[in-house]
Amino acid sequence: MSALGVRMLGIRRSFGAVHALDGLDLVIEPGELVALLGPSGCGKTTALRVLAGFETADAGTVRVGDRDITGLAPNKRDMGMVFQAFSLFPNLTAADNVAFGLRVRGVDGAARRKRAADLLELVGLGQAGRRYPHQLSGGQQQRVALARALAIEPRVLLLDEPLSALDAQVRVQLRDEIRRIQQRLGITTLFVTHDQGEALSVADRVGVMRAGSLEQLADPDTLYHRPATPFVGEFVGTMNRLPGVLGADGMVRVLGADRRVAEGSDAAPGDVVVLVRPEAMTLTASDGGTALVVVRTFHGALTRLSVRLGDGDEALVDLPSPAAAGIRPGDTVTVGVGEGSVLVAAADAAAPALRPV
Amino acid sequence: MTAVLTRPVEAPAVHRRKNATSIVVLIVAGVYFLVPLAAAIWFTVQDKVHGGVTGEYYTSIPRAEGFAGALRRSLSLAVLSVLGVLLVTVPAMLAVTLRLPRLRPLVEGLSLLPLVIPPIALVAGVRDMLALGPDQLAGTPFGDALVSSQDPELPIILVVVYIVLATPFAYRSLDAGIRAVDARTLVDAARGLGSSWFDVVWRVLLPNLRGAVLGAAFLTLGLVLGEYTIAGILLFETLPTWLVKISGANGQLSVSVSTASLLFTWLLLLVVSLADRRPTSRSER
Repeated sequence: MSALGVRMLGIRRSFGAVHALDGLDLVIEPGELVALLGPSGCGKTTALRVLAGFETADAGTVRVGDRDITGLAPNKRDMGMVFQAFSLFPNLTAADNVAFGLRVRGVDGAARRKRAADLLELVGLGQAGRRYPHQLSGGQQQRVALARALAIEPRVLLLDEPLSALDAQVRVQLRDEIRRIQQRLGITTLFVTHDQGEALSVADRVGVMRAGSLEQLADPDTLYHRPATPFVGEFVGTMNRLPGVLGADGMVRVLGADRRVAEGSDAAPGDVVVLVRPEAMTLTASDGGTALVVVRTFHGALTRLSVRLGDGDEALVDLPSPAAAGIRPGDTVTVGVGEGSVLVAAADAAAPALRPV
Repeated sequence: MTAVLTRPVEAPAVHRRKNATSIVVLIVAGVYFLVPLAAAIWFTVQDKVHGGVTGEYYTSIPRAEGFAGALRRSLSLAVLSVLGVLLVTVPAMLAVTLRLPRLRPLVEGLSLLPLVIPPIALVAGVRDMLALGPDQLAGTPFGDALVSSQDPELPIILVVVYIVLATPFAYRSLDAGIRAVDARTLVDAARGLGSSWFDVVWRVLLPNLRGAVLGAAFLTLGLVLGEYTIAGILLFETLPTWLVKISGANGQLSVSVSTASLLFTWLLLLVVSLADRRPTSRSER
């Protein structure tokens, strides 16, 4: 079966006075893995539940391939879903859990067992078929849940923060494995997460959500280097917030230099906040410098310096470690913003409240 | 360094102290429960006439007058009450969990009412209502039902009252069971895999609530087998009322019946707890 695309258009969903989804448009190409990323309460889980059929949209349409499934019950949608945790049926063995979807579809016993065994093999649990969920570790349970979701040959795979309850090490391992299996099967996948590292590392495209709609949907590289809005820029990766003055000519003065304003900036001329990545900052040791190195953190290839600027603001600067070799906390330095355009936000624009690490 | 040295020495001491405490608690609890029981058993096996020990009172239980009828009646009432309670609480619980979560506080409050109303008040109301059967309501279907519900052989009215009395216990047991499994997620998972609502309840929820359902059944059983007030006031002969009746005439027999019924109840508890254990191995077929 060739993969089908998903089109969610104009989806609205309110819970009382809260607009969880406020006109969401989301298109997933056939075979693509899209991750939805956003602060808690941005509507990403609601979007996934609307696609799964567990929530009904107040307005908008959901299509899979050519078929309109907006009003279809969840058990008729042929979607495989992996939940956060504790979703395996405790009374069934791993193999019976995987075979569950086939059983309710009336697949005969031998074919069911064969398929369950194949899928457990696929997720690396070929030996665990007879175990019960309580005899499996958290990571193993999520593997079984993945196998169970895939057993029904779903048209779309839905992952609702499947890694958030796991240890860091298992998380990375399973994350990569999910991606490997997804690419091998070529299955259209929606992955909801609040962990940007997860989203950026596995997804073909990442959608950053804010207040019920998509702020930007782009490949990880674009998202990081050319954020469409200040919100995306600050939510994904680390951003310095530096004071600047925006001129009428489209140039902004920041740390003593004039820089072009990037597309997506959102501010009127006057005092603004300039958003600069730590690696886009420049730093040179100078006795007459107005900035002071406060903390120095070694990260292998890069060294991160935390610097107190002349006006008391703090900024982070990432330097290639060799370049930072001679710089110590307490040194005075001169800090600048590298060549290239910068993102500018209104001075009173709040930073994203919840920035996951 | 001292911390490193003292810790391994301290830990077993704390451990031992905890152990000692729990042993003391265990002994006190054991004495509290076992001494009266042992005294009761001793009382029932004493041969007052010839001295020594006798099993006479236990062997004479089945032949005692009225015992067989009272036991049959109590067991029938218990089975019917268990079925009735499950029929009321399980669907209510599932409905509240799956479709109507906003009604949960109401259902919870209603289920607690029988605990708040004293049985004596309840039975007074029941008796007044029953009196309407042959009186104001005579000849009406409801009046006839009230009359026939008082058949002394199998008083259905007791089943009705027992269902009300057992609801709080059954509800608690089911509630704990449904909270222990993440019902919401399991239901979503099953729905997503293609289950109809019937499949969700039959293949997912009920198997995972087996322990809770058995617990509810057991509590109801225990309640019905031991209930005296209502059966006594409505003048029906059940096992407890029969026990009280004969205790004046034959003390040793009545105590031996109590002891036997206690052991019977324990046996049921054992069966329930064994059935509630998670399966550790099963064929994949």
